[in-house]
Amino acid sequence: MHELSIVADLFTIIEEQSRQVGAKRVTKVRVLIGELSGVVPELFRTAFHSYKKGTIADKARLEIKVTRVKFKCHGCGQEIKTGDISSPDFSYACPFCGSKEVELISGRDLCLEKLEIET
Amino acid sequence: MEKRKKEVLVLEDILGSNKKIASSIRKKLEEKGILAINLLSSPGSGKTTLLEKIGLRLKDRYKVGVIEGDIETERDAERIRKIGLPAWQIITHGACHLEAKMLAQIFDRIPADLDFLFIENVGNLVCPASFDLGESLRFVLLSVPEGDDKPRKYPEAFITSQVFVITKADLLPYLPFDADRVTAEALEINPKLEVFRTSAITGEGIEPLCQYLEKKLQELRTKNA
Repeated sequence: MHELSIVADLFTIIEEQSRQVGAKRVTKVRVLIGELSGVVPELFRTAFHSYKKGTIADKARLEIKVTRVKFKCHGCGQEIKTGDISSPDFSYACPFCGSKEVELISGRDLCLEKLEIET
Repeated sequence: MEKRKKEVLVLEDILGSNKKIASSIRKKLEEKGILAINLLSSPGSGKTTLLEKIGLRLKDRYKVGVIEGDIETERDAERIRKIGLPAWQIITHGACHLEAKMLAQIFDRIPADLDFLFIENVGNLVCPASFDLGESLRFVLLSVPEGDDKPRKYPEAFITSQVFVITKADLLPYLPFDADRVTAEALEINPKLEVFRTSAITGEGIEPLCQYLEKKLQELRTKNA
């Protein structure tokens, strides 16, 4: 349950951004959570709503977009957008050429994408 | 007056602040020629015991220090001090992982002439994987009693590591743990992993692991020269 410490870092960014753009209130927060980021969206949501009290985002809604894992194959050079990594049929090997030399290029991201604010 | 709503595009990495501190720690350590290793595993898989064995093997020829991360107590740091190595305990008081800022707080106490700095993370195969500490190498450990189905269940720890250490290999004859299967599964997730099979009881694998660490230290020093 490290989601709370990540949410604490998120609020540092939210407050800094709000100051920069002169927001009176933040009404919506949208984050991108990679499937392999180690963060559980539902725990993140719980942590967000408990942390927001008394902050500029006191009433904010949270939107979470889970971003899928993407690999690059060093065998054939193709980019691989994968299916669900928790499925038993999931394979880390390249579906095009079968190579196991694949490298993760996205899916570990944790990003504050945008804010909706009131000025 | 009517409130005006607008959307602000931010696109900022939420862990950016941790990554920034970690990068600064990595730069300082590498400039000093210190090879830092972050050890990840679940509790009881043998991180401290492995460090005792590696420490005893390396301490005559190298300066070795250990940072111990635990939720409570100085027990692990005391074990390391008993074998004659300096150890610094970070007590997280409940946090399930170490963060770069925790290391930054004790960084001034780390001697500049160390060769190896081991950082034993809080026992947890999940959360520590998300936090860069400024290490040069990350080890993920898995002990034989934990079972051979773990790499795909905890992929982030295996994807972000450079070295996979199977510990308690002396128990292989007694438990249904397929070391070849677990190695293949870990390599499927991360083909670049170096894999070592070790036992602190029989000493198996400790020597090759130390030789690997010495090679990595040489590479770092060569890069600096």
